[in-house]
Amino acid sequence: MRRALLIDDEPLARMVVLEYLQHYKTDIEVIQECGDGFEGMKAIQQHQPDLIFLDVQMPKINGFEMLELLEQPPAVIFTTAFDEYALKAFEAHAIDYLLKPFSKDRFDKAIEKYLAQAGANPQQQQKQTENLLESMAQSPMQHDRIVVKTGTKVKIIPVNDVIFLEADDDYVNIHTAEGAYLKNKTMSFFEKMLDPRQFVRVHRSFIVSIDQITRIDPYEKDSHVAILKSGDRVPVSKTGYVKLKQVLGI
Amino acid sequence: MAAPISTFVNLRWAFAAGGVVWTALQVYIIQSFGFSWAVALTDGIISSVALGAACWLIDNTLRFYQPSQNSYLNLLIWCGLLAGLCLAISRFALPQIITDAEYYGFVVKSMVIRYFTDFLAIGWMAMISLVWYAQQDHKENEKRKAEAEKLAKEAELFNLRQQLQPHFLFNSLNSINALIGFKPEEARKMVQQLSDFLRGTLKKDDQQLTSLSDELQHLQLYLDIEKVRFGHRLQTEISCDGECGKALLPPLLLQPVVENAIKFGLYDTTGSVTVSIRGEMDDNYLVIIVQNPYDPQTAKPRQGTGFGLSGMKRRLHLIYTRNDLVETFVNDDIFTTIIKIPQV
Repeated sequence: MRRALLIDDEPLARMVVLEYLQHYKTDIEVIQECGDGFEGMKAIQQHQPDLIFLDVQMPKINGFEMLELLEQPPAVIFTTAFDEYALKAFEAHAIDYLLKPFSKDRFDKAIEKYLAQAGANPQQQQKQTENLLESMAQSPMQHDRIVVKTGTKVKIIPVNDVIFLEADDDYVNIHTAEGAYLKNKTMSFFEKMLDPRQFVRVHRSFIVSIDQITRIDPYEKDSHVAILKSGDRVPVSKTGYVKLKQVLGI
Repeated sequence: MAAPISTFVNLRWAFAAGGVVWTALQVYIIQSFGFSWAVALTDGIISSVALGAACWLIDNTLRFYQPSQNSYLNLLIWCGLLAGLCLAISRFALPQIITDAEYYGFVVKSMVIRYFTDFLAIGWMAMISLVWYAQQDHKENEKRKAEAEKLAKEAELFNLRQQLQPHFLFNSLNSINALIGFKPEEARKMVQQLSDFLRGTLKKDDQQLTSLSDELQHLQLYLDIEKVRFGHRLQTEISCDGECGKALLPPLLLQPVVENAIKFGLYDTTGSVTVSIRGEMDDNYLVIIVQNPYDPQTAKPRQGTGFGLSGMKRRLHLIYTRNDLVETFVNDDIFTTIIKIPQV
């Protein structure tokens, strides 16, 4: 028996999935229904389901943001109304998605595909989800905030509040005026996600908001250091300096 | 250069009439010097035709070629040359036709005055043509610009509207799909509501203003559909006194704002949400206030506008050419949008 979770803010949309799932009573059990991303995240941590049905546009945090916060995301079948950018990413990473409204036949196909893959290779599914999130970061969708987890709480950081990002082993440390937050993502993830006109990767381990720079000083040979409004000093590599000059137009 | 044909015909007649008057005047003057009518008539007609041809030449040239400012001197020289040509015709052609010694002496004596009148006439013609065609060009440009703007405007309004629909439409169809399974009666009702709503959207003409009560009626269809989708989470309060129901506004103006209010209301908070829409009259303005709850902690930083708001601002700017008709502010947990529509 597989354990599944429904995450969608529209009760009627969950009802369709429940109805279609009747057919798979002996294989899939729905353990909970959630109306938003917060609830969904809590339920996932609590129940560790095998499969989630996930809507993209939801209150508080959207489906992608919710997945970003999970350490080990379960298998996902997206249910979404319309999102041309997302579709490309779904297709590229072979995770199934159902376009609302979807037929029972289409739903059956998704479930059969899942059941055929499930158990066989859970790691690969997780990898797929990660790749999906990575490519979502590059899509022209709006990325005007970063969602992080602090303990059990979810913190939403507007991108404009970010001063600089610093690589920290497997994590990235997001520095804001209110403090620093860790997120389990790579520097290249953020480099792709953030607006390149505002954020520049000035160093292998640093991305800085150009609005925050007050001064750039030479530092040893070939390298520079950026002095920020906050007083922080961020190293700038040789290639980083070239990129920075380009963005600043100097 | 495509001025209406009627203006051209009128101008031609005016030109011909001017020529006739000019000829008559010249005939009269020459006659008054004591020459016979036949002599005066011959002189008058030949000199005037020559002058007319010169004027026509300069006018025609200027119609297709607008001199730049530093070639005005060239134009003056051209006027001088054409006047000289006219003079040459009078000087050499006329004595050939009228073989009168006294008349010959008169022609020679009147050379200077003939030259300057011709020069002035041609110069005057050049000046009028210059101003006239420059103005025509200007008008033409203005018209083209206005046309381009109108096209862009229509396309833009079309796009603005299109962008708003798909998400709503597909989610509504999904809700209907769900209802068919266990509440077929409600599914049928929702199909009806959705059809009425879509028909209303398609039928609206951008150029025609609509009354607030019509707009609210249309909005009510939309809200009813959203209520089915979101169940008890969504509540609405609509108020509008009798007088402002008759006030006019561009059709479908409020829809994106209300859509925004619902979206941010429902997506920023997890409890139930009340969206209120209030209409009031203030002097010559219809004032519409839309309010929705909002959570500053999780709301996306909106820099003052969502798509719906900036789209509406753009639309109001296109219609009323004013940028001060929309205001938004946040008070505690309530996001307020105030729209002012000038009433003529």
